Amino acid sequence: MTSVPAAPRVLIVDDHQLFRAGVRSELEGRVDIAGDAATVDDAVREIASLAPDVVLLDVHMPDGGGVEVIRRAAAQGDPPRFLALSVSDAAEDVIAVIRAGARGYVTKSISGEELADAVRRVHEGDAVFSPKLAGFVLDAFAGAPPAEALAGGGDHGTGDDPALDHLTPREREVLRHLARGYLYKEIALRLGISTKTVEAHVSAVLRKLQLSNRHELSRWAVERRLVE
Amino acid sequence: MATTPAPTRPGPVLRRDVEHRMLGGVCAGLARHIGIDPIIVRVAFVAAATAGGVGVVVYLLAWVFLPAGDAPAAPVWLRTSRGTIEIAVGIAFLALSVLLTFRAFGLLFSDVIVWPLVLVAAGAALLWRQWLGGGLPGGTVHRAPERAAPGGDAAGPRPADRSAAGRRPALPAAPATPADRAALVSRTSLGVALVIAAGIAFLSATGSLSAARDVVLSVLVVAVVLAVIFFPWVLRLVRSLTEERAERVRSQERAEMAAHLHDSVLQTLALVQQRSDDPRAVAALARRQERELRAWLSRRAPAAGDPPRLAAALETAASEVERDHGVAVEVVAVGDADLDAPGEALVAAAREAMVNAAKFGGGSTVDVYAEALDGEIQVYVRDRGPGFSPDDLPADRRGVRESIVGRMARHGGKGEIHSAPGAGTEVELTLPRSPA
Repeated sequence: MTSVPAAPRVLIVDDHQLFRAGVRSELEGRVDIAGDAATVDDAVREIASLAPDVVLLDVHMPDGGGVEVIRRAAAQGDPPRFLALSVSDAAEDVIAVIRAGARGYVTKSISGEELADAVRRVHEGDAVFSPKLAGFVLDAFAGAPPAEALAGGGDHGTGDDPALDHLTPREREVLRHLARGYLYKEIALRLGISTKTVEAHVSAVLRKLQLSNRHELSRWAVERRLVE
Repeated sequence: MATTPAPTRPGPVLRRDVEHRMLGGVCAGLARHIGIDPIIVRVAFVAAATAGGVGVVVYLLAWVFLPAGDAPAAPVWLRTSRGTIEIAVGIAFLALSVLLTFRAFGLLFSDVIVWPLVLVAAGAALLWRQWLGGGLPGGTVHRAPERAAPGGDAAGPRPADRSAAGRRPALPAAPATPADRAALVSRTSLGVALVIAAGIAFLSATGSLSAARDVVLSVLVVAVVLAVIFFPWVLRLVRSLTEERAERVRSQERAEMAAHLHDSVLQTLALVQQRSDDPRAVAALARRQERELRAWLSRRAPAAGDPPRLAAALETAASEVERDHGVAVEVVAVGDADLDAPGEALVAAAREAMVNAAKFGGGSTVDVYAEALDGEIQVYVRDRGPGFSPDDLPADRRGVRESIVGRMARHGGKGEIHSAPGAGTEVELTLPRSPA
């Protein structure tokens, strides 16, 4: 954390004014708050004009919610990093926004300090998984890994497609600790690896989460579409 | 809907409840009683009415003597657990009994009329059912248990809700698989054959009657046959109207959901503002609301008779501990398992651990992680409190420790408590999974 050159510039997107105010006061002094937006349209406009580093994004908003903001920001080119923030713990919501491109997901019950930490982490290009999200991922990637992955000695994701559809034992172990409420540095300590390695594992899981075609993930995506 | 005469107008009425009965609700009541479409009963009555007017008399008598029932416990649309053929046979018997009733009234009915009418009834039941959402036997059965749950949710007692809920299952009727389609085709042909056979049987049996009567009856029979065969197309028209209405109902439900969300969220926000000086109360309020909403959104309310499940039991325990101790308890469950006796012991031990963590964890969030995957169930309960050295376990916590570790051991599992000063406490529970 000492190596962070400057506090990240943050845009807060949420349709509840009270909540925006709350997040703002929690983050004040911890990060640089560039502004806030209450609708999908505003958010897309502000992202273009303010060019924030990180967007704190509410999953549930009228007109498509966080997923729509990410989609349109990406279409504008040079999108910021997104950290999804929601009170919803429904797997389909969480997975949808992650697969749209968010680099992390935290629940709104998170403390100000933890939130600031998560923002910094996302700013640095890492992934942020709440215990709930870690649980969803474990659930989605549960079951025996595909046979071809086993045959390929799939402990280390080699980047080929089957590797995307299962987690390595190490990644699974890291996720289980996240789900149990451990912080990155605590996990590093327990597993005897560096915090950077833990971050690398989580980023790898994020990538799989975004690119994998596992049945569970697409099923959640479909359910999400039905809900909307 | 001017396509059918008033008393026989079965289309939209079918989709409705008592409030939309046609006349006195006799047919609807009868249909509900035996668990079939009211339309079938109505057709039987109308057939009886055209054949001598006795149906009218019977109907009026029933109207007078049958008490007005309470709102039905389950909409008639939920009866599809019976096979279509079974229903057709049932209808045939129904028609038979109606005709026998006529005879009991001393009205002149020969067997010549009785049997063809019975055949027509059976054929009609076969033909019409698939146009009324019953084409897929069992297709809507899954709705029945939750509707039938006694003393159920708020959706139960209100007629408006019931009619809305009752209409929904009638919608998806498209055959899903080739097998379903084949069954549909064979049912249709069987129905057509039955109806035609009825017409022919009737004509040949009455061939000896006077010519005048022959002509009238032939025309009548042809008309009936045509009506029976083409009724589905009329119904399809009615059906598209019904789907429109169902769409309205759906958007209404969506609005209702939005209203529920806003009410609860706004109310909690108001309470949070009022009690902003008490962080614990605020947190408890918010979390209770959160849980309630989440359960409501995912409609996870377990149906009566469902076997208890591990994840749900842990959620319940967590929300109780949260409520009693004012500490947030976060449950993450991966996989799930039915709760047998050892599973219940596991939940009880986990609950002890949560209470312990809430009491001694210094107010930190309690993280509960349950994993029910291969071969065993694992539950971790973790707090970020001051922790303790295992060597000098506080005396007041020894009993709790026993109730966790000992309990697990008694059920063939394992309980371990990991703690160190300054590093919080984690209770690890392991239970071998009983083979399914």
